[in-house]
Amino acid sequence: MIKVEHLYKDYSESIKVLKDVSFTFEDGKTYAIIGSSGGGKSTFIRCLNMLEVPTGGVIEVDGEIINQGKVNLSKVREKMGMVFQNFNLFDHMDAKKNVAYALMKVKKMSEKEAYEKAIRGLENVGLGHRVDSYPHQLSGGEKQRVAIARALAMEPEVLLCDEPTSALDPEMTTEVLKVLKNLSHTGLTMIVVTHEMNFAKEVADYILYMDKGEIAECSTPEEFFSHAKTERARQFVANML
Amino acid sequence: MTFHFEILGTWGPFILEGLWVVLGLSLVSAFIGVAIGLVCAFLKKKKIIGTFLSFYIDFFRGTPVFVQLYFVYFGLPALMGLAVDKWWVSIIVFGLNSGAYLAEIMRAGIEGIDKGQIEAAKALGVMQKDIIKDIILPQAIRSILPAIINEFIALTKETSVVSVLGINDLMKRYSFVVAKTYSPFEPLLMIMVTYYILNKILSFIGSMIERKLKYD
Ligand SMILES: Nc1ncnc2c1ncn2[C@@H]1O[C@H](COP(=O)(O)OP(=O)(O)OP(=O)(O)O)[C@@H](O)[C@H]1O
Ligand SMILES: [Mg+2]
Repeated sequence: MIKVEHLYKDYSESIKVLKDVSFTFEDGKTYAIIGSSGGGKSTFIRCLNMLEVPTGGVIEVDGEIINQGKVNLSKVREKMGMVFQNFNLFDHMDAKKNVAYALMKVKKMSEKEAYEKAIRGLENVGLGHRVDSYPHQLSGGEKQRVAIARALAMEPEVLLCDEPTSALDPEMTTEVLKVLKNLSHTGLTMIVVTHEMNFAKEVADYILYMDKGEIAECSTPEEFFSHAKTERARQFVANML
Repeated sequence: MTFHFEILGTWGPFILEGLWVVLGLSLVSAFIGVAIGLVCAFLKKKKIIGTFLSFYIDFFRGTPVFVQLYFVYFGLPALMGLAVDKWWVSIIVFGLNSGAYLAEIMRAGIEGIDKGQIEAAKALGVMQKDIIKDIILPQAIRSILPAIINEFIALTKETSVVSVLGINDLMKRYSFVVAKTYSPFEPLLMIMVTYYILNKILSFIGSMIERKLKYD
């Protein structure tokens, strides 16, 4: 469970992005975060694993406050996988090493175990035939699936995705979303920033609508797309269609 | 105009032995330079030590290495009344000099690493020291390797000034030979060709290593 209370994030005196955000993410649910550009979606999701350090407020993961005092961030991050818009694969490692690397370094697995697990993970995202390829030899959709396999191999409790398909062509978007959709039934908590309304509608348990640094609304997809609670969310939905 | 290439039969091997001096000095200096450059590249952003390092880099790049060598070999010891060893002085001066040149290049190489990969590694729970060792350095080395090889090649040429300290490199051996034979042309031609071939070989080795490190 991730509990966020009164979260603030300022990048500077004049750039105040998150303004008093409070929210609790329940285990095993899938959340889609949507909203217009610049609303603070990336900032918010990046605070959850401390890639951005909040200016104020509290983030609690499984009862442990992670943004105050002495915290073993490495341990916290082990439980929270992350998938990025630009894949961020390690360019100098092939697909299987991309996945195996953290298993060896962080989980302290033996090389043999790590590679076996990596290859199984790549097979699970349909890339069994690409385990020896380097990132530059892969298509965007394949890269993103390697990135997903890399995050999942760590067996996280939570998967954070920041616009996982925004850098992809429509075809590749479909293959990546299919993988994410399958994951949503596995008990993994998923928090996905996305512009793919159909994905949000079909896969998410809840939709968080972020606007101007606040979570303006949290609703189920049915509610959100037919009769959102707030005027600005209704406006947003109207503009999307 | 008469050539006396026969004197190279007698003195050539003696002069060529100076190559070990050139290679040894350049290699040790390059090694020190890379180490210093690396430390500077990582520490330059720190406040106090960074200012000091910036000054060091600026200073060594802004003055001739010949003068630096004289300063450390003759100037400082005279002031402090010490005797210093010409080998140590040469290694330290050339090491510091290369370090100053490499620091900037290494910093650019390290900063050129895609920030996203570093974030991805952090998000996986990888420790900072492993991120540096396994993600940043292998990729940075690839981008700065050409500069390191160039620096090494430059060193093999620049170190020819150590003959003024009496170190037995090619040029020092030349002065010795010319005093015996009174024929400067042939040994000098040989030395030039030797340097030229040496650097051709080094460039070739360099491009082989580069090709080997490439993955795309
Ligand atoms: N590192 C940073 N330094 C300064 N300002 C930043 C930084 N990162 C983000 N911002 C600013 O914070 C605001 C929110 O950015 P954020 O990336 O969180 O929005 P977003 O909702 O993810 O937008 P998008 O849909 O375009 O990705 C923007 O105005 C952005 O310019
Ligand atoms: Mg964003």
